[in-house]
Amino acid sequence: MFILPGALLFGIVIILASLQTVWVSFFDWDGVGEMQWVGLSNYVQLFDDAQFYVSLKNNLIWLGMFMLAPPLGLALALLLNQPIGGMRIMKSLFFVPLVLASVTVGVVFTWVYDPSFGLLSLIFGYFGATAPALLSDEHFVTFAVVAAALWPQIAFCLVLFLAGLNNLSEDLIGAGRVDGARGWPMLWHVVLPQLREVSFIALAVTVIGALRSFDMVAVMTSGGPFGSSTVLAYQMYEQSIFSYRFGYGAAIATVLFVIMAVFIAWYLRTLLKPEQENA
Amino acid sequence: MYPRPIPEDSPWRRTAYAAMVALVLILWLVPLMAVMVTSLRSFEEVMAGNYWGWPKSFNFVENYTAVFTQTAMARYFLNSLIITLPSVIGVLILSTLTGYVLSRYRFRGANLMFALFVGGNFLPAQIMMIPVRDLMVSIGLYDTYYALIVFHIAFQTGFATLFMRNFIAALPDELFQAARAEGASPGQTLVHVVLPLIRPALAALAILTFTFVWNDYFWAIVLTQSDAVKPVTAGLSNLRGEWVSAWNLVAAATIMVAIPPVVMFFLMQRHFIAGLTVGAVKG
Repeated sequence: MFILPGALLFGIVIILASLQTVWVSFFDWDGVGEMQWVGLSNYVQLFDDAQFYVSLKNNLIWLGMFMLAPPLGLALALLLNQPIGGMRIMKSLFFVPLVLASVTVGVVFTWVYDPSFGLLSLIFGYFGATAPALLSDEHFVTFAVVAAALWPQIAFCLVLFLAGLNNLSEDLIGAGRVDGARGWPMLWHVVLPQLREVSFIALAVTVIGALRSFDMVAVMTSGGPFGSSTVLAYQMYEQSIFSYRFGYGAAIATVLFVIMAVFIAWYLRTLLKPEQENA
Repeated sequence: MYPRPIPEDSPWRRTAYAAMVALVLILWLVPLMAVMVTSLRSFEEVMAGNYWGWPKSFNFVENYTAVFTQTAMARYFLNSLIITLPSVIGVLILSTLTGYVLSRYRFRGANLMFALFVGGNFLPAQIMMIPVRDLMVSIGLYDTYYALIVFHIAFQTGFATLFMRNFIAALPDELFQAARAEGASPGQTLVHVVLPLIRPALAALAILTFTFVWNDYFWAIVLTQSDAVKPVTAGLSNLRGEWVSAWNLVAAATIMVAIPPVVMFFLMQRHFIAGLTVGAVKG
């Protein structure tokens, strides 16, 4: 009985709503009036929509570039994992991007990228070159947005790996040292296998982060210039809220849902596999 | 310890190491520091393009007063508090109840229910945008504090349930057997046995939920419209559109948005890190 309020609320608002999205995607709907059954026509349109492929491609760029976050987070963790006075506060400062709102990160980086006075133009100017206006260049814009989004994501991976490094088995490390392992072989054969679980989590969190990307796009570019930096989540938002094509938006959301489901299935299988092997 | 600790008897190497870390840290935080410094600059300086150098004059009081008096930022800030605090309390209450039941009682559908709580966590929020917005419009909550509070409680309860279930499941069985032997009802057990023991978990969950809800932007723009209810994140992005060239004020507003979660983080860092790693590891 205690479980009822939580379960009901979560069931209705989260689970039911997600399923309802699939249902809505078979209708033509402006969000207010009557819903009209159109079958698969939203999907037919979608697979014919050039913008859809731009979003899909950008989601892949997000995913690909985000894969840098776990190794960079690990590298930072290795750098910072020293028991020296003052390191605690240093580590905390490294974590700060993680707790910033994505809007904050977006505003901060819009500013770094500012073509006339931004940090980037300052650096380019130092070498006598002119900085490209990254956020208004359709070829660079997505990379620039992802680079900004990587900042908190690396901090997240850093937190996870620092926790992982603290749980390493001293015996194994000691044995490795006795056997003369150091540098790369040590990291690769002795340390990384022990970080498998943490790495897997860092990877999962990163993939989810990449697929969820919305805030940064909305804040930094609104999908522009000319829709060149949209991702599926943003395209769905734009189609529904600005163009009142809720059925079409729902179809985009459903595609995102399917991509996510594939990933969740992979995640759960990998997570459950070692348990079965042990049994 | 890995990597091998730098020996204590080599002060020179220790200093070199500390200097290197400090340098990396400065590079890491340079964008944020520049925004902080710029929030102190005068408008003339910003117009002249001095974004990164040392400020010529310090306008701390002027800029932050201007943000409070000339923009709706104070209102947004208050809105964020009005939305975030009840959400955190709601999540704590609901997830303690669900986590307690799911960890201590076996019943039909328990596993399925738990799987749904966990699975729902993975969904990108955008997937449920259309029905949730429609629901809020039809029950008259759209563009009110309640829309965001109700949604955040519902969404965060998924993660929080997972968190609480694992924490309560790790408590020793003997406690519960003893409570039952004493004839305590499930409710009494919850209040007198479980609650005193889960304080650290509640603290961790409170700080995590606070950060998530405070930083939310997507639902803020989907479920609210008017300045009277809009939280700081949505407010900041509005402000940026209106005050295009007054970067010193935008910078001050940005810092205002960042301060509550950063302060919370530094105050409760141990809980935050523990919560994040435990939550992620178990998830």
